[in-house]
Amino acid sequence: MAEQTTITELEEAVIKFAGDSGDGMQLTGTQFTTNAALFGNDLGTFPDFPAEIRAPIGTVAGVSGFQLHFGSKEIFTPGDICDVLVVMNSAALKSNIRNIKKGGIIIANTSGFDAKNLKLANMTSNALEDDSLGNYQVIKMDVTRMTREALTDIQLGMKEKDRCKNMFVLGFLYWMFNREMDNTIKFLTDKFGKKPEVLEANLRVLKAGYSYGDTTETFTTRYKVEKAVMPAGTYRSIMGNQATALGLVAASKKSGLPLFLGSYPITPASDILHDLAKYKSFGVKTFQAEDEIAAITSAIGASFGGSLAVTTTSGPGMALKTEALGLATVLEIPLVIINVQRGGPSTGLPTKTEQADLFQAYYGRNGECPIPIVAAQSPSDCFNAVYEACRISVQHMIPVILLTDGYIANGAEPWRFPKESELEEIKIEFAKPMAEGEKFMPYARDEKLSRPWAIPGTKGLEHRIGGLEKQNITGNISYEPENHEFMVKLREEKVERIANYIPEQKIDSGPAKGKLLVLGWGGTYGALKAAVRELNEEGFDIAHAHLRHMRPFPKNLGEILNNYDKVLIPEINNGQLVKIIRDKYFIDAMAYNKIQGLPFFKSELMDKIREILK
Amino acid sequence: MAETLTATNGEVLTAKDFATDQEIRWCPGCGDYSILKQVHTILPQLGLKQEDIVFISGIGCSSRFPYYTETFGMHSIHGRATAVASGLKAARPELSVWIVTGDGDGLSIGGNHTIHLLRRNFDMNILLFNNEIYGLTKGQYSPTSPENKVAKSTPFGSIDHPFNPIALALGADATFVARSMDRDPAHLQNMLLRSYKHHGSSFLEIYQNCNIFNDMAFESYTEKSTKKDEALFMVQGQPLVFGANNEKGIKLDGFKPVIVNLEEGASKNDLWIHDEHDMVKANIISRFFDHVDVEGHLPRPFGVFYQTTRPTYEDMMSQQIAQVITAKGEGKLDKLLAGSETWVIE
Repeated sequence: MAEQTTITELEEAVIKFAGDSGDGMQLTGTQFTTNAALFGNDLGTFPDFPAEIRAPIGTVAGVSGFQLHFGSKEIFTPGDICDVLVVMNSAALKSNIRNIKKGGIIIANTSGFDAKNLKLANMTSNALEDDSLGNYQVIKMDVTRMTREALTDIQLGMKEKDRCKNMFVLGFLYWMFNREMDNTIKFLTDKFGKKPEVLEANLRVLKAGYSYGDTTETFTTRYKVEKAVMPAGTYRSIMGNQATALGLVAASKKSGLPLFLGSYPITPASDILHDLAKYKSFGVKTFQAEDEIAAITSAIGASFGGSLAVTTTSGPGMALKTEALGLATVLEIPLVIINVQRGGPSTGLPTKTEQADLFQAYYGRNGECPIPIVAAQSPSDCFNAVYEACRISVQHMIPVILLTDGYIANGAEPWRFPKESELEEIKIEFAKPMAEGEKFMPYARDEKLSRPWAIPGTKGLEHRIGGLEKQNITGNISYEPENHEFMVKLREEKVERIANYIPEQKIDSGPAKGKLLVLGWGGTYGALKAAVRELNEEGFDIAHAHLRHMRPFPKNLGEILNNYDKVLIPEINNGQLVKIIRDKYFIDAMAYNKIQGLPFFKSELMDKIREILK
Repeated sequence: MAETLTATNGEVLTAKDFATDQEIRWCPGCGDYSILKQVHTILPQLGLKQEDIVFISGIGCSSRFPYYTETFGMHSIHGRATAVASGLKAARPELSVWIVTGDGDGLSIGGNHTIHLLRRNFDMNILLFNNEIYGLTKGQYSPTSPENKVAKSTPFGSIDHPFNPIALALGADATFVARSMDRDPAHLQNMLLRSYKHHGSSFLEIYQNCNIFNDMAFESYTEKSTKKDEALFMVQGQPLVFGANNEKGIKLDGFKPVIVNLEEGASKNDLWIHDEHDMVKANIISRFFDHVDVEGHLPRPFGVFYQTTRPTYEDMMSQQIAQVITAKGEGKLDKLLAGSETWVIE
């Protein structure tokens, strides 16, 4: 080891791995993440991939990134900007140069900065050679050459050898952050056990990267990020879409209802379908339908048959499902509709995040068609949110929309996962068979205003339902003017009554009364919480509340809003919740919006809040 | 006539048991009445419990059908009955699922779901009421209306080329494809029974007269005076014959079907023998589709065009789940939630 090396302790660090789509940056990032998690750091991650599967090599369009924020303190987001940026080529530097701290470290693969790569990235001069990176510490290394050198006597083609170069970078970062490499060695052994040459190559390059740091005397500083203090328990790493899939299986198990998913592939929701398709040992039925409409209507059919029926999609798919949402509303049957929001309108920004489908969820149907809405706030929270959506749906006999977004769907964080026994039962009861001579009333109601779930195969319950306006109690078609108004109000009241069966709104951080309430919903949770906490530490009299139930709102929300002089509603859209809140509570709520396909940075939120309180 | 299934569950049902208390709102004289009656006649013969039968429809005149049938039912949205039914059948394979749709519902707005249902081969019965017109919206041409059709939306005649529903179903790899008509109760009952008996998707096109907006669309095939010359009834293993005295027959000249006259020297031994398991022949006979006005046209076939066996979607879905459970055991939620890698914080 170079003798002059010193170790600097950091409370937190943000690393971004960026390279060409084929450079294995997602794998490198997830390996470092697993390492940090197993070590005991708190963390948050976010992958950032191009919309094109294989964009031309070396171009800005083809850059794939993975950002990791880890620390010895509580971590709520994947981090605003990075301390360390790894760039495998010129395009990766070009597309990420805005995201690095002044004075931060750039680790650059010099062979990705040759004339060809510079041209592909449309860079006129080599940033590694000119003085444009003067504000940063630049570590140049020829990863490609050193990888090849480490593998001279290995019987593999050049292409396969070059595929190991991400391991060099990973090894170097393990050295830089003073880490053991056991998890990655185990991972590679499991993955390439049957291809000994490939395994040997990867292991050798990983170790070469580590030794490079160790033996090259130019690097004088290593870093250390200690374990975080986290609640005791058993943890795993979880991404939002994974958590959604698990939550659905859990809700199926705890309700005793078989799970049916009707879905059509769409970014960024497809992973929920992929995961559930694996869970056949839980009896899960996944149906990849021919389109978004068949996806939701097949789920309606399965619900009619007594399944916990779900459909998953993203904005454009949600638009196609709209008519069927109306049908489910009139049928008054359970259905969980999951919208993993992405940038819109139209095809928009398929791989980027946005919260712009709240109005769609609220209002986007023909006729008066209120549907309850639940929102998830973090990757692991997708589990709780979808569980709650299922509970409301089957207990209230009503379709429920769950809103997540691309940011939390693909982001990851440590999760102290629950035990099956800790999950609350979801009690439901199908309508019982009727005795001879008794007439079944499909639209009779209980105190929640929900109607019986009468499934085919039950004697005496034969009945017909459909999209034509219903008469209450009998469920017969009715065109009576008064009946229509009555049913419209009844369906609205049924949604409103859910407020009696959900928890009251809580303040997440800050005082119960004060100068400013920051009210958020969905995937902005981490950034809002981090910003408000830091400002609380600076002495600002502000609080943060985050909504799980978007429709109906918790009963005490109005009261909470009135406990603060001002209310600020930051959203990743052009102002949607803020308009609903203004409309419902007649308060002068302020909007703060970002519509760049990106999450909020803690710093910009803090700046905004400081400005308001000036 | 195919054999009739007899009730096996001990409960004796009659057609009356399948009538509901709802007032039927089809126009007087509509062909739907006959189809409803034939369905109610055959349902008690299937040996099913009433509560195990489900009728799913889309939107259109025919789609009111579930309201008039005392089983479980859903009048869904336009074109989507097939998709609703697919989800129901996947979730509940033991139910007897029937789809009632029309030429607009099943071949226009819902055409996509129809072909996908057929390729997946869910064990369901699709009754496609074809009246070659949009009735509920009061008389626009449909995707099965003949060219030059003058209707509300085509005052100068339609320039759309129509679908041949039978050829479309064959193209989608349907495992049972048949045609019948509202005005031939015995034939329709037979075809309904055959549809039910087939394990897989049964596609039954039923010519149905809309006496308000497209009256007499099928009169050549249904009226006594022309039926024998224009309608060809296919019977398994029998030569294709038609005409007042069954004097005309179809012979294959290479791949070309030609009409021959048995009274003018043609031999019965040379005639095309109907084989509903022969895909090549089914494809040829499905193309007997020329309008009666076309000189030298072939008669329109009725009966079963094609029938084959292929595993059903719901059976394979259930098998796959059973295989995984046999191999891995029933899923344990705690294990699933823990995933592959965990760590403990003290």
